Amino acid sequence: MSTLAMSASRGWIEILMFLRDRTAVIFTFFFPALLLLLFGTIFGSESTGSGVAVSRVFTASMIAYGILNTAFVTMGAGLAMDREDGTLKRLRGTPMPATAYLIGKALLVLALSVAEAAVLILLGVLVFDMPLPADAAHWLTFGWIFLLAVIACSMLGVAVSGLVKNARNAGAILNVPVVALQFVSGVFIHPMSQLPDWLENVASLFPVRWMAQGFRYVFLPDEAQAGEIGGTWQLGTVAMALGVWCVIGLVLCLVTFRWSGRDK
Amino acid sequence: MEAIEVTGLRKTYGGRDAVAGIDLVVARGEIFALLGPNGAGKTTTVEILEGHRRRSAGDVRVLGEDPGRAGSAWRARIGIVLQDADDAADLTVHEMVRHIAGFYPDPRTSDEVIELVGLGAKRNAKIRTLSGGQRRRVDVALGIVGRPELLFLDEPTTGFDPEARRRFWDLIRTLAGDGTTILLTTHYLDEAEALADRLAVMAGGGIVAEGTPATLGGRGAGQARVSWMDGGTARTEQVSDPSDLIRGLVASGADLSTLTITRPTLEDTYLNLIGAQR
Repeated sequence: MSTLAMSASRGWIEILMFLRDRTAVIFTFFFPALLLLLFGTIFGSESTGSGVAVSRVFTASMIAYGILNTAFVTMGAGLAMDREDGTLKRLRGTPMPATAYLIGKALLVLALSVAEAAVLILLGVLVFDMPLPADAAHWLTFGWIFLLAVIACSMLGVAVSGLVKNARNAGAILNVPVVALQFVSGVFIHPMSQLPDWLENVASLFPVRWMAQGFRYVFLPDEAQAGEIGGTWQLGTVAMALGVWCVIGLVLCLVTFRWSGRDK
Repeated sequence: MEAIEVTGLRKTYGGRDAVAGIDLVVARGEIFALLGPNGAGKTTTVEILEGHRRRSAGDVRVLGEDPGRAGSAWRARIGIVLQDADDAADLTVHEMVRHIAGFYPDPRTSDEVIELVGLGAKRNAKIRTLSGGQRRRVDVALGIVGRPELLFLDEPTTGFDPEARRRFWDLIRTLAGDGTTILLTTHYLDEAEALADRLAVMAGGGIVAEGTPATLGGRGAGQARVSWMDGGTARTEQVSDPSDLIRGLVASGADLSTLTITRPTLEDTYLNLIGAQR
């Protein structure tokens, strides 16, 4: 079997195992959708200063939360678990190359992220009457923001998994930064200008703010950019921030990745 | 070429030797057992041979290659039965065996391996639902699915019921009969005695004795213990060759219906060996 075929085999088995783990499916997958329904319904009738329904703002921003769940948490908790339950040790003893394992995980994360984004966008369209962007340029932007976000979050997940001592706590530990960043990055609370300046600045160091802002550009009308800090979409900064986080994530992965939970 | 050649193997953790310079040779086709109490360095040694752990010093050749550098072609020729894996709980036995088989160039079929380890009835059961002993048999199936030339078994029968152990021993003998070299670590002396062509006892990071189950630690030349009743009193004598003593007893007309001759069991020898080390 070629490395490519082994990677595909790993990807398939990862997806199969994920789908059979009901807790993971509900928490990773349906939790953002549930939050979107709640937030959208509770605050849905209000509109932002620029006249856009709040439920649409939530839909766009919530895709960032979805990707954090499907990429960062899935990767971080999955890897910690694979170290602890012997998955990595078992695979290390077979002829399968390490790349096939990592590509398999990437396929799982990509499949989950695509499905998660599709569910959230579908909810936005069906429940909150969110119009989809009509032109290819917006979808193209969606494509690169989505990919950069998935890559950066996955690699940070790999890096953080090394800090998790006990895989059973991984989900809880990983959710601390995830939930905290939702509040300060304009996902749960929008516009961000409600935050104290220093908190805005701290949030801007992390990728979530830029992911959410990018997705708002894709799904909201142009006049909604008045609600952003500085009053513009700042797509250039979005690209730069996510690109830098991809590089930081890659470096952290290379420095911290290990096959085993124990010191060798 | 030998299957395993080890010279001066050492593994140090924080200044302490977990493995303190051991030499070991395992011939092709042999079943070799490594015995020893917990903390003796057995698992560390085996994990170095498997390529899972780096060594601090020494020369190691497994199937002619250095496990610290060997690549996937080498790993296709070895099989590892994990001791405490808990993975793939949501897959069925068949799904997991077929998945792992796919990584090897010339694997056994999933169904063949599942039958070999006696899990035919559990083929489509989720691994999560298996008992501890059945779970270990899945590990064995995954270790042999690639038709390894050399199989590592680290305490494979822990948690097996007696019948499952007997069947497992038959499986190991079958594999060895097909030419598979087997390196086994175990706590069970009866297991070592039943299976091993040769064995070594580890204690405190070193090998304290090496031999066949019959000769280990001078067991073959060990003292025989002769006991009999002499007019209502129990008599016992320790001799290296009981022949003369028995002839004397026969001539004296002693009551031989109470005569027993015992030699040290493998367990006695083993406990002596590791006791001397403490």
